[in-house]
Amino acid sequence: MSDASLNSVSVEREASFGDFFALLKPRVMTLVVFTALVGLLAAPTPVHPMIAFASILFIAIGGGASGALNMWWDADIDAVMKRTQKRPIPAGKITESEALSFGVALSGLSVIMLGLAANWVAGALLGFTIFFYVVIYTMWLKRWTPQNIVIGGAAGAFPPMIGWAVATGGISIESVLMFCLTFMWTPPHFWALALFMRKDYDNAGVPMLTVTHGRRTTRVHILVYTLLLAALAIGAGFTSIGGPVYLLTAVVLNALFIKGAWDIFRRDEVMSEADDFKAERGFFKLSLLYLFLHFGAILIEAVLQRFGLGGW
Amino acid sequence: MAINKLHEIHTRRFGRNLGVGLLLAGFIAIIFGLTVVKVTRGDYEPPRGETTY
Repeated sequence: MSDASLNSVSVEREASFGDFFALLKPRVMTLVVFTALVGLLAAPTPVHPMIAFASILFIAIGGGASGALNMWWDADIDAVMKRTQKRPIPAGKITESEALSFGVALSGLSVIMLGLAANWVAGALLGFTIFFYVVIYTMWLKRWTPQNIVIGGAAGAFPPMIGWAVATGGISIESVLMFCLTFMWTPPHFWALALFMRKDYDNAGVPMLTVTHGRRTTRVHILVYTLLLAALAIGAGFTSIGGPVYLLTAVVLNALFIKGAWDIFRRDEVMSEADDFKAERGFFKLSLLYLFLHFGAILIEAVLQRFGLGGW
Repeated sequence: MAINKLHEIHTRRFGRNLGVGLLLAGFIAIIFGLTVVKVTRGDYEPPRGETTY
């Protein structure tokens, strides 16, 4: 290999701005931003728009930083899995040490800035969320137990609590309920993905439930967790974050979600292979809409209450 | 001799530098905005010591 060809390879692989942005897992970040915003707006204490904007931005940066640290640690399995092969590190655009520095720097910046912009309870919660996602989930649970996403799901459930803490400076039953909603939603969401991703997790050696306990058990787990989630989501409709709009939304969505989980439960691998996992893919898409609309309904109830409407 | 032709890498580097520059400008604007809000709301009252004349 000549010097010229070496140069062209290194130049071709030089990271662009977009590669660093991709390191922040922008799609996950949208969920973090939305749920944190709902937590912030649903809180009874009004927040100055500038402080609200800055706080949501720093929460998003913190979420992105944990995504970058996750990609740094998981670079080896990302390179094996089809779904993640094009991420910046396995694609050779960004080195592992660059991702580590980037993630650590943004983590520190986001926590300190959120503490200064809003309050230190919110800052500490954001710091704990990053720690939980990176150390507890990514480094410890993910490669160790099939319960990885059940416990690790807590990391994705913290943003509405952080948003609530930005406004109130504390934790309350309402913010814990919003946490529980995302926490209970995560397992059926990810197990549906694991079903139609087929061999990806097997090849990477990640002990997903589909790998350790088989696909039949995963289908049963999806149904059980969906029923538990439905009880929680509909039950929340009778609390202070709920109201008629939320309750109606929850009843309709949970009926659809239970129907989807029941369909998955009744199917076997032959049926799923035959239609390329149509029901599992449909359930996964519905799960995204499910969370978005539940939090949207909480937001509508909060807005209505400001005008003396909504709630019970 | 001056290099006239722009390689693709120059465009990419320009994009990255521009992105970093805009982010820094945005960060400064946010710090400024937060400072104005906090000071005008009275979050940072200067310490009131005993005034002796």
